Amino acid sequence: MFTEVGTTELGDLIINVGPQHPSTHGVLHLVITLNGETVKKVEPHLGYIHRSIEKMCESLTYRQFIYVTSRMDYLSSHINNHGCALVVEKGLQIEVPERAQYIRVLLDELTRLASHQLWWGAMAMDVGAITPFFHAFREREMINDIMEQTCGARLTMNFIVPGGCMYDIHPDFVHRTKEFILFFKSKLCEYDEMVTNNIIFKNRMQNVGFISREDAISYGCSGPVARASGVSCDIRKLYPYEVYSKVEFTEAIEMAGDCYARYQVRMKEMNESMRIIDQLIDNIPEGEFQAKTKAVLKLPKGDYYSRVETARGDFGVFVMSEGGTTPYRIKFRSPGFSNLSALHHMVKGNKIGDMVAIMGSLDLVIPDIDR
Amino acid sequence: MIEQEKLIAICPGATFAENSQWPTMLISNTDWRALAEQLKNNSEFNFDYLFCVTALDAKTHLTMIYHLESTTSRNILVVKAKIENRMNAEIPTVCDLWRTAEFHEREAFDLMGVKFLNHPDLRRLFLTDDWVGFPLRKDYDDPINMIKL
Repeated sequence: MFTEVGTTELGDLIINVGPQHPSTHGVLHLVITLNGETVKKVEPHLGYIHRSIEKMCESLTYRQFIYVTSRMDYLSSHINNHGCALVVEKGLQIEVPERAQYIRVLLDELTRLASHQLWWGAMAMDVGAITPFFHAFREREMINDIMEQTCGARLTMNFIVPGGCMYDIHPDFVHRTKEFILFFKSKLCEYDEMVTNNIIFKNRMQNVGFISREDAISYGCSGPVARASGVSCDIRKLYPYEVYSKVEFTEAIEMAGDCYARYQVRMKEMNESMRIIDQLIDNIPEGEFQAKTKAVLKLPKGDYYSRVETARGDFGVFVMSEGGTTPYRIKFRSPGFSNLSALHHMVKGNKIGDMVAIMGSLDLVIPDIDR
Repeated sequence: MIEQEKLIAICPGATFAENSQWPTMLISNTDWRALAEQLKNNSEFNFDYLFCVTALDAKTHLTMIYHLESTTSRNILVVKAKIENRMNAEIPTVCDLWRTAEFHEREAFDLMGVKFLNHPDLRRLFLTDDWVGFPLRKDYDDPINMIKL
């Protein structure tokens, strides 16, 4: 499995990047074949954080398995939980109270903002700018504080139960969220001044890591990676769940297909997330925050699939039930897994320095890929 | 919606599951390659986005489940290919039709032990090369690396 560092007779250099390397954002191991400075081949070696979550879920009940998924894509943990809850609710035909739907979607969008903020800081750091990282983390801290107050946790919220939310929102939630949105709107302009319009940043990002529309679809890319190549694939728009059908927002699409396009898609998405929060935050209806459900949940025999849009793309949960209290088979379709499979296609022919920029623009979260 | 007759015409041996979320075709593993080529290349279907590949151990046999979507018509089709031979499970690869299948098939090979014929690089993906057995199978038992709770 491990390839020794050395040259082949053709004069190619094979080097290992990772599994412990700052640019891979986690335990990803890449074996790269170089010709001079040009990358000929990238081969990802996975499994350093493989926990066999799918097998683990087979011995967890329908209430329990939801929270394991927080440990997959830990930056969109709330959205992962949401997808799992949706599949259980679909199987049992549970009607989720409107108040719970509003709270869930609000937290979804706050999670997406926090995830994109972290990505923005890390992206800039990948191409050599250190300062943006601290700006991003300052703003992200405010979201984490709101999450901590309402959910009791900052990263792995575990706030969703089948049929609604675990608790009602904190009395300060609405007020603090509004305060944050107001603050972050002014900061997003700063982000643009600092990084988006920076000529050095643009030169590093434009025309690097191109992937065409056809290839993006064929590689199964989703989320901002596919939307930057002009593929309309936002699950929130195509198959609206919960209250997404009631809110107005635009699907961010770019046509260029390079790193800068992927960057712009995420910047636009931050604006759209704030737009969604603005529409919902003042209209949270009164009522129950949780539907009444049986103590022991048993999904009827059959298979169920639900899709949600995480910060990285199309997250799918496939559950096959034999009628018991635990799932017979669970499969998680993680967006990062498919996006990573396109890495070789994007990187080949580019310089090794650009590979770091391309990986940053893919926004990989390794536990999501390894599961 | 895609019409069942059109699908039957390109794959006569297929049956359809009832009460499923999306149209679900049940086929045998030997029919899969010809059907896949039609679904991908025939402009009538144009299923260009393979968004989920699942390997399933049904105890008596294995099943490969393919979730397909068309980015033009937004139709979704689920194909369940039954593999009778559990000991020597084989199914043709589709990674030349949908590039994403290359990693998904390696994952299925790694964890469920399904061999994909003509796959360009069929190796274990998550586990080490010398791993014995296929962890997602129902009869898999490993007393050292416990995954049962």
